[in-house]
Amino acid sequence: MDTNRRNFLKVAGLSTLAGLGGTAVVDRLVTGAGMAQASTEAGHGAEHAAPAKAGANRYGMVIDIKKFYQDPSLGEKAIHACHQVHNVPNFPDKRDEIKWIWMTKFENAFPEKPNLYRDEATATNTLPILCNHCDNPPCVRACPTKATFRYEDGIIGMDYHRCIGCRFCMAACPYGSRSFNWRDPRPFIAHVNQDYPSRTRGVVEKCNFCVELVQAGKLPACVEAVSDSKALVFGNLNDPNSEIRKILKEAHTIQRNPSLGTLPSVFYIV
Amino acid sequence: MFEKALKGNNYYWMWLAFLGFFIAVAAVCYLRQYFYGLGLTGMTRDVSWGIYISQFTFLVGVAAGGVMLVLPYYIHNFKAFGKITILGEFLAIASLLMCMMFIMADLGQPLRGLNVLFYPTPHSMLFWDMCVLWGYLLLNALCGWVILTAERKQVHPPKWIYFFVYLSIPFAFSIHTVTAMLYCGLPGRHFWLSAIVAPRFLASAFAAGPALIVVMALILKRVANFDAGKQAIDKMVTIITYAAIANMFFVGLEFFVGFYSDIPGHKHTLQYLFFGLEHHGHVYNNLVPFMWGFVVLFLVGIALITHPRTRRENDLWLGLGCASIFLAFWLDKGIGFVLGGFVPTPTEEIVEYYPTFNEIFITIGVWAAGFFILTILYKIAIGVEHEIEA
Repeated sequence: MDTNRRNFLKVAGLSTLAGLGGTAVVDRLVTGAGMAQASTEAGHGAEHAAPAKAGANRYGMVIDIKKFYQDPSLGEKAIHACHQVHNVPNFPDKRDEIKWIWMTKFENAFPEKPNLYRDEATATNTLPILCNHCDNPPCVRACPTKATFRYEDGIIGMDYHRCIGCRFCMAACPYGSRSFNWRDPRPFIAHVNQDYPSRTRGVVEKCNFCVELVQAGKLPACVEAVSDSKALVFGNLNDPNSEIRKILKEAHTIQRNPSLGTLPSVFYIV
Repeated sequence: MFEKALKGNNYYWMWLAFLGFFIAVAAVCYLRQYFYGLGLTGMTRDVSWGIYISQFTFLVGVAAGGVMLVLPYYIHNFKAFGKITILGEFLAIASLLMCMMFIMADLGQPLRGLNVLFYPTPHSMLFWDMCVLWGYLLLNALCGWVILTAERKQVHPPKWIYFFVYLSIPFAFSIHTVTAMLYCGLPGRHFWLSAIVAPRFLASAFAAGPALIVVMALILKRVANFDAGKQAIDKMVTIITYAAIANMFFVGLEFFVGFYSDIPGHKHTLQYLFFGLEHHGHVYNNLVPFMWGFVVLFLVGIALITHPRTRRENDLWLGLGCASIFLAFWLDKGIGFVLGGFVPTPTEEIVEYYPTFNEIFITIGVWAAGFFILTILYKIAIGVEHEIEA
């Protein structure tokens, strides 16, 4: 090959390399991942606030931690209701475990808020954690088949029939909210609810904010199960007159690791 | 040219039968896993990727390593590599096929794998990984085959092939960069969330890939009467040396950032990998021996491939040195990097991962299948070389 040709090809090769790393590609990726998400570029404070989008619902939940501390049976009720409605299996071996909502200590739910001198109630009691239904969900960004996706109302759903079981979403979720069907779950479902599909082995699942109930105008199963206590409040974050917004206005609430910019829709009253 | 793979001495067939045995065992194990589910592995909801994905990650590097022969030969006209670029290209093919097998073994619903094509999702790094891996596989198959065919006919390769040869160079870099991006773009996984992951992957790839090629070349010299040439081997060892040192430099930087900043999240995984991580009175340390094995093997390897007497005067020591480097970086990336990233979990718990026998046999089987393919490809390449010489 003559020198000119080699020189030309050198340049061609290098420009391809530059093109691959080009900002245009990155920009496209980021906009693609943004989905229906509002701008997160407006300063640090704005990043953690819930962006309002006119006309659309955005569902969220407030969890009153103190009520769960006072009455530990609330947690059991919520978990039972959720797992019952959604055919969540109960495996004898912890390694197969699947959970949508579960009780954990404050230090596990909020590892970014360590405290050497924690009050006794916080140190010993447990509170519920579940999928945060982030407004900027890393799991949706990671999924290679759009099997996990964001509904227009902000709920993060799963298509169990499209999921290929690569578990990229599990690595991407910074809250450990996702479970995988390591084996056929059906023999481990005590009472099958015919209104919701059970899953096959090899797919990921997680809390879906009871999207099937919410879109039918009902409350999520866990909220319903503890409704007397008002320990869980569910509602439309985009409606300034909703109950949930009133609570958020009155009480100081925190979110799980908001510094990651995921914009969680689940708020905790400490 | 395939007929060249069908003629060989007894050792050739015994070697293939040996690999075939492990492939058969793995096939049975895979069927078990297929019908039961991934519960037959040691993975859990907390450590949701195991040795399949870690082998995949390492082997993408081995595939990319082949470019360290292609680049000097085609861009810098380094003639001594002329005879062995085909070894790099064929190694890339075998490694990429292993990668694909590991991905398939890891999928919960392998039959739905094509969903990645049916619902292309550009914001998922896995989608891009699929694109570049397939691209690099096809490029290497095309370039390797066309150039080898031309060589056999003792004519110059057609000019259009050079477009694809040059294209394969950025592709080699891209496969490992995009594989790094699978990890380094995930929020909340401190160990992976580091801009140096991609450069580190490339550095260890450019050491491990050529190290394997040197070992192969030294073996071929003994068993197949194929001499890569002293100059070529020597240049490759230089490349391995610098790339290996660069990788260790990057590892050192990770340590500095973690331990000097003293931010717990940045230290936890390093502590877990190298010293054991204490949590609620229990020390979790099941990967510590592997990581110190990595450090020791690196030191042994780098000593053997840099000391003039072991490097230039004795093929055995040189081969052992390169094998040590390869093994060291396998421990680093094929064990530590992926598995360590899951510790601690996002809820600050520690779950340790132990692969099951079924999983290990599948893993061994995929490696065996890779070496099976590699043996056949090298047999063809060397058959052509011998034909020309005769």
